[in-house]
Amino acid sequence: MAYVIAAPCVADYSCVEVCPVDCISPGPDDGQFEDAEQMFIDPDRCIDCGLCYEACPVLAIFSEDKLPEKWQPYAQINRQYFAQQQTGRTRR
Amino acid sequence: MNNTKLRVAVVGAGPAGLYATGELLKNGGYNVKVDLYERLPTPWGLVRAGVAPDHHDKKLITDRLFDFFIENPDVCFFGNIEVGRDVSHEELSDWYDAVIYAVGASSDTHLNVPGEELSGCWAAREFVAWYNGHPDFSGLEFDLSTERAVIVGNGNVALDVARILTMPVAELEKTDIADHALAALRDSKVNEVVLLGRRGHLQGAFHNPELEELEHLQDVDVIVEAEGLLSDSDAELADADWDTVRKVETLRRLAVRPITGASKRIVLRFLASPVALQGNGKLEQLVVVRNALERDDTGALRARPTQKQSTVDTGLVLRAIGYRGCPFPGLPFDDRRGVIENHLGRVGSENDAVPGVYVTGWIKRGPKGVIGSNKKCARDTVRCLLEDSAAGKLRAASLDANAVANILMERKPDLIQYQGWKKIDQQERLAGQSAGRPRVKLTHLDAMTECALN
Repeated sequence: MAYVIAAPCVADYSCVEVCPVDCISPGPDDGQFEDAEQMFIDPDRCIDCGLCYEACPVLAIFSEDKLPEKWQPYAQINRQYFAQQQTGRTRR
Repeated sequence: MNNTKLRVAVVGAGPAGLYATGELLKNGGYNVKVDLYERLPTPWGLVRAGVAPDHHDKKLITDRLFDFFIENPDVCFFGNIEVGRDVSHEELSDWYDAVIYAVGASSDTHLNVPGEELSGCWAAREFVAWYNGHPDFSGLEFDLSTERAVIVGNGNVALDVARILTMPVAELEKTDIADHALAALRDSKVNEVVLLGRRGHLQGAFHNPELEELEHLQDVDVIVEAEGLLSDSDAELADADWDTVRKVETLRRLAVRPITGASKRIVLRFLASPVALQGNGKLEQLVVVRNALERDDTGALRARPTQKQSTVDTGLVLRAIGYRGCPFPGLPFDDRRGVIENHLGRVGSENDAVPGVYVTGWIKRGPKGVIGSNKKCARDTVRCLLEDSAAGKLRAASLDANAVANILMERKPDLIQYQGWKKIDQQERLAGQSAGRPRVKLTHLDAMTECALN
């Protein structure tokens, strides 16, 4: 089980700053940050510690099993973000 | 470092100013004091007056983050005081070691088409400020007796406005939307909102979460008028980035949804630009031209108008094609970009910076990004400021904190400080509690100052 960042995210990146395994992207110094709509959590690297959940100033982070109904797709969207980066399909 | 604290004035208590305050507290080694100046009696800038009322989650940032900055003993909030009017830039740069301007973008881009001056044509910026109870806009009167409204632009502001115009009033009644807006929307005859995108569906300015929200609206049919949307080949999408593909997938889902005959409709139209507004004394029609896409010399896709024009009956046109910063008295302005001229946040040019004067937020980098974009922006500006301080490049403040506070209170008897703002905050929340809303906003300066100062 991983944490998932959903629609309310405002790209504050407090989550990136507290994540002990650096599994949240993009961070403020990544090239993609400027155009980022939101941050994403890599479900394969998330250790489910919950620090990001506490840190998020807009409560945009949910444990995957507690995602509100309307934001169910975000589990997949967080996963896809990292999958597309690996396949080299990057943002302009 | 001596035992005198570095004294910084931050001008503007929106996200840019608050993040700058936060970065100063975090990186200033407990050796910084911040005076936060705000033109309005209330802090939070566009989080209060810009974020849509139905996006309550995003507003949590004030309680969960910004409030910790503003209530910090090393921070003083000075509200209801306008720098450039009540206090000059020269005074601030004299009184403090450094000044950071975080004044945002208070104007917007015009359509520049004939008829724009007709009554019924507004900036979406004005409509947003009005429904959010910004005191400078509370007195505006929007004529919502027209059945169709047209929004020029399809960014997040355009989508916010479209939602507010079509949302069931019962839903709006649960939010902190201004009471005067609620009353006007109750009587609204608007049942169709058309959004005009200059370019194609692959170039929509909306973000994914805002676009996806259209799938969850109650009693609203969403019509997507995008040629080629369903027939785009994989090859055409192969060049598109992941964000864009996600948008196209959402648009396709919306396009194939059955029309339910809901009470309201939102129409997403692409490759369309306004060319003229027409009407007898007030707006009655919008003339729209069909665009074609072509690549310019830099390879960017541009919209080029074709010969094909059509007319849309409407009594309300809202332009939502971008905010724009305004010049600030005493500071150099880059008119092309609509920002205070700066290099990495230092005001002035790279080789000729004005000592001790900085910018952050939209007035530094232009009106783009989301709330959190301001955090990195502020971090970078504050880094420059602290570097300059360490290098001895700042002129020492001429007054101490108490002396400044005394001058301000004398000059501005209705100055509103943190305790005053908290009174407004409490009254609004209390009024909200009995109505089942997050807050009921005070929307007039008189009511705000009376509440804060009594």
